[in-house]
Amino acid sequence: MLSNQISKKRKIYIGMLKTLMGISVVLTCALVVFLLVFVFFKGIPNITLKLLTTAPSYLTEKIGILPDILNTLYIVIATIVIVLPLGVGAAVYLTEYAPNKKIVEIIEYAAETLSGIPSVIYGLVGMLFFCQFLNMKTSLLAGSLTLVIMNLPTIMRTTQESLKTVPQSLREGAFGLGAGKWHVVRTVVLPGCIDGVITGCILSVGRILGESAALLFTAGFAHTLNGIIAGLNNAGATLTVALYVYAKEQGEFGVAFAIAAILMLLTLLINLAATLTGKYFEKRRNI
Amino acid sequence: MKNTKNPLTQNKKIIDAEGIIHAIFLILGLITVGCVLLITVYLVISGLPAISKIGLKNFLFGKVWASTSRNPSYGILPFILTSVYGTGGAILIGVPIGFFTAVYLAKLAPKKLKSAVESAVSLLAGIPSVVYGLVGMLVLVPAIRKIFNIPDGASLLAAIIVLAVMILPSIIKVSLTALEAVPKEYEDASLALGATDIETYFKVSVPAAKSGIAAAVVLGVGRAIGEAMAVMMVSGNAPNMPSIFESVRFLTTAVASEMSYSAGLQREALFSIALVLFLFIMLINAALNFLLKRDKEK
Repeated sequence: MLSNQISKKRKIYIGMLKTLMGISVVLTCALVVFLLVFVFFKGIPNITLKLLTTAPSYLTEKIGILPDILNTLYIVIATIVIVLPLGVGAAVYLTEYAPNKKIVEIIEYAAETLSGIPSVIYGLVGMLFFCQFLNMKTSLLAGSLTLVIMNLPTIMRTTQESLKTVPQSLREGAFGLGAGKWHVVRTVVLPGCIDGVITGCILSVGRILGESAALLFTAGFAHTLNGIIAGLNNAGATLTVALYVYAKEQGEFGVAFAIAAILMLLTLLINLAATLTGKYFEKRRNI
Repeated sequence: MKNTKNPLTQNKKIIDAEGIIHAIFLILGLITVGCVLLITVYLVISGLPAISKIGLKNFLFGKVWASTSRNPSYGILPFILTSVYGTGGAILIGVPIGFFTAVYLAKLAPKKLKSAVESAVSLLAGIPSVVYGLVGMLVLVPAIRKIFNIPDGASLLAAIIVLAVMILPSIIKVSLTALEAVPKEYEDASLALGATDIETYFKVSVPAAKSGIAAAVVLGVGRAIGEAMAVMMVSGNAPNMPSIFESVRFLTTAVASEMSYSAGLQREALFSIALVLFLFIMLINAALNFLLKRDKEK
């Protein structure tokens, strides 16, 4: 409506900005589509039942990624089991127990610092502390403990956010009926933060699946087939570490792309799960 | 029924239990602080010996890294400059693309398109860094070799492009949040004065969201400087002084590439590199915190 009244200079300015925005959005979308199509196109033909269900053998020179899949599973389970109580506990402390604002600020600053530290540094400190100082050697357990520290801020933040949505009146009501603090936390506060805990878990699983630098020095890169207990006590490569080793050190690009396609598929699933749970809890809260 | 008989002891027991539970939660709350201290102390303790042996000036400003030669030399200036140039390059490419995408998504995009692009961006954020590295190795590196006609495409340029892609999601997400938080009244006022919608978004909304956008850039810097695996796969890993078509080594990849076979002073020097990297990250964190806090206070 105004377009015929504004000066030519302004029209050019607006046109330029529009073009730049168009280019940027198209570029971003094209990038995602290219990555998806390229990885699936190169990877899916290489995924065979044999690859998924066998261990690699030097004798027959066959490559199988079953140990890597299992190792990834073990590390995800171990990390989540350990990080969940720690992160939820820390969040409960911050919202329910912390006596003053100062202490909350210190803990939140520490959590922010943790989430900014690069994974190489986690790997290094994990190696020094868990593998050498605590004498765990290079093992999946040392790897998952390192990942616990990395994922602590994520679980803490999501839990904290959902704790804030538990209405204050519920707590006051419970206190008014004579319940002690712990009773209130257990029966009123914790059930209210289940959505935050689940979201945090999904995000953490995504991060664990994608992590490689922190695991290279703490969990090692063996491809032995183990049960969960033996697995956690021994060195082992997760899918990402295996991808790196196959691509960079052995030049097995077919296998690397097969793993990349699997990782991509898992990433898609995790994103879908995060969106769906978000929507589900939002709907439930609005009822 | 017991507590009617002896309310005092019962009460005391409850208070004791509450005290113990409070203490447990306090410990859980302090774990993050403990972890930060642990990481700092370990890096400082293991990083300082090599620096004192090599000499701070020789270490930080030495131009030659030859850790395995007979006359070893431990200068990390090439790594520091590579990290700085690499991050700068990634910001130069990634920030404009991310910024314009964020403005479009926040202000102009139809709802359906917006949610589609947003989920594409979260997918980009979730892709493991080794996958970026793999695609970079097999697509980007050969392409650079062919286009610029150089013997090996594994170079600083390849690393910059991969990093630019990897920081894109953080930049888009954080700028988007900042732009969406701009009060509608600002925009209405500008529109009422006769500015067109595009002019309003760029001359009113963007300046109003500038702290948030700056935070997005700083976050991108942190991501880029800390990335290791993807960069290791595309940058060639030779400890050269940085140049766009040269095979280079970053601070992160310097630590990662020699860790598995290092020993003695070489190993200690790797810890010192990690300490330098850590100091960089702490500075960036402090900047980020400052920007976000300023945003909140406004």
